[in-house]
Amino acid sequence: MQQFLQQLLNGLFLGSIYALIALGYTMVYGVLRFINFAHGDVFMLGAFAGLYLNKWLAPALASFPWPVSALVVLLISMALCALLGIIIEYLAYRPLRSRPKLNVLITAIGVSLLLEYSGQLVFGATQQPFPLLIPKSNVAGLGGLTVTNVQVIVLVTAFALMLGLRFIVMGTRLGLAMRALSLNPTACALMGVNNSVVISFTFGLGSALAAAGGILYASLYPSIEPFMGILPGLKAFVAAVLGGIGNIPGAALGGLIIGVVETLVAGYSQALGIPSGYKEGVAFVILILILIFKPSGLLGKVEREKV
Amino acid sequence: MTKYKAQIALLIALALSLGVSLASSQIDEYFLDILLNVGINVTLAVSLNLVNGHTGQFSLGHAGFMAVGAYGASIVTLQMGQQLTPVFGGGAFGSAITFLIALLVGGLCAALSGWMVGVPSLRLKGDYLAIVTLGFNEIIRVVLTNTSGDGPFGGALGLKGIPSYTSFFWVFGVAAVSIYVVSCMVNSTYGRGFLAVRDDEIAAEAMGVNTVRYKVIAFVLGAFFAGLAGGLYAHLRTTISPEGFNFLKSVDVVVMVILGGMGSTPGVVAAAILLTFLNEKLRDFEQYRMIVFSLILIVMMIVRPQGLLPATMFQKKGGKGA
Repeated sequence: MQQFLQQLLNGLFLGSIYALIALGYTMVYGVLRFINFAHGDVFMLGAFAGLYLNKWLAPALASFPWPVSALVVLLISMALCALLGIIIEYLAYRPLRSRPKLNVLITAIGVSLLLEYSGQLVFGATQQPFPLLIPKSNVAGLGGLTVTNVQVIVLVTAFALMLGLRFIVMGTRLGLAMRALSLNPTACALMGVNNSVVISFTFGLGSALAAAGGILYASLYPSIEPFMGILPGLKAFVAAVLGGIGNIPGAALGGLIIGVVETLVAGYSQALGIPSGYKEGVAFVILILILIFKPSGLLGKVEREKV
Repeated sequence: MTKYKAQIALLIALALSLGVSLASSQIDEYFLDILLNVGINVTLAVSLNLVNGHTGQFSLGHAGFMAVGAYGASIVTLQMGQQLTPVFGGGAFGSAITFLIALLVGGLCAALSGWMVGVPSLRLKGDYLAIVTLGFNEIIRVVLTNTSGDGPFGGALGLKGIPSYTSFFWVFGVAAVSIYVVSCMVNSTYGRGFLAVRDDEIAAEAMGVNTVRYKVIAFVLGAFFAGLAGGLYAHLRTTISPEGFNFLKSVDVVVMVILGGMGSTPGVVAAAILLTFLNEKLRDFEQYRMIVFSLILIVMMIVRPQGLLPATMFQKKGGKGA
């Protein structure tokens, strides 16, 4: 029982990061009906941005307590990646706005590969250690469960960001425009909304969340390399589909479920004697199952295809 | 006589490959190696073109089928090669027959995996289908990586010491057969079915076309030839590992299909040849290779989405109808 709770907790921490990335996927899908393959690589770039920002700003931030310097690094990398997301949308996806979906998908794959291999060129292919933005210590275990303060901070930050997103989407005019755009782009334009601006904003917001996810993930597993975004990106996509693509609470729920299931599979497979490498395949099995049995996702609504 | 144009072309191609193969000791080894890779890539591109281009099912998991074929064929040669070769008379002829059996076993296993991927994917479109096929590719890779290192699959390190049976004849023979089969299918009622599924699935269903059947056939046939290509690849490289059949390998084949023009067999053959040579030229600049490939993808999609030699170039223009 003890081990189960420990694994559950670990899964929750991992799941909150998947949720952050999944939110980006689901927002872009909701607004553009297209899956941004390159999202996982923005996650990777966020982590690297954190690495380099920390290196460059260290002397300037040395006099401040660690929460301040960590927050500064987080916010600046989020801003940088938001800008990157907007640039990618402008250069690679906007020219294809009127083309068939397949073309945009292929372009997204191209962008993803471009980011990964350019990253490899610039940062080098070897794993790099991520600096400890948060000095690590163990939080007093509740009934023998080990939890580090890093994990707690990751969870709290992830949830704070998700609540912030909910506020933006539900409580601001831009958020209203995003929701309207996801329902009917033509009507939205007729109502006076500048679709291009809203789309750019959505991309920027999603990329900022991915960057935050990258820094939090790197804080939990402090070793980063240019291809680190592929698997978390795919799993976050599965999380978004699991929760119902286009549905924001669904993405959060999906992320948590995937994180928990993956950690449980990894933890218990050792007990059962099967190699723990199978945990990588768990997300895909879940994807196939959900697409067979409930393609609209757990919280999604069924979209009937009209001819 | 002209009714059998395709069959004659195939026989000529096979005869030529045999001829070149017998004379292959005259060809520079490095160039021969590139040619063999060209042939394997042609088979891969043509088989993927059937699924992606002609049937419009965007599959990103082709390397998975290749892996199944590669492992299937290698296990036959490694485990049973010793017993089988003498049965067919031993020597070069015996090993040739063993190789044929190994390739066919690999191809059939790949076809089976193609069926297993195709059936759940039937209801999926576009993005979802792409991710699910990618997922299957990953599952195949993960399963192969986690097999025991001492067992017949070799685990994460894969298999080595595979006999190098691949020769010019086999590679270009298989490529010729794959082009023949795909071209004949596309020009038959099956081809009408594939194109109907690609152009408008709902309309096709409404007209009584069994879309399920055509999608599954496309996947299975595409996977079969990918499996053959995988078997050839394994017996050329003599070592294989699960990492070599990951998503990036699938993307390599996808780039060939996109560059050549989806649905255009001459286009993808040309693209396969072009990209294999490009690969070799860029071998010294390995880090730039994928950057070049990804830029090709992006630029092609924005500037010329129909590919270099689009299918429409080869279609007869319809006259005012009778």
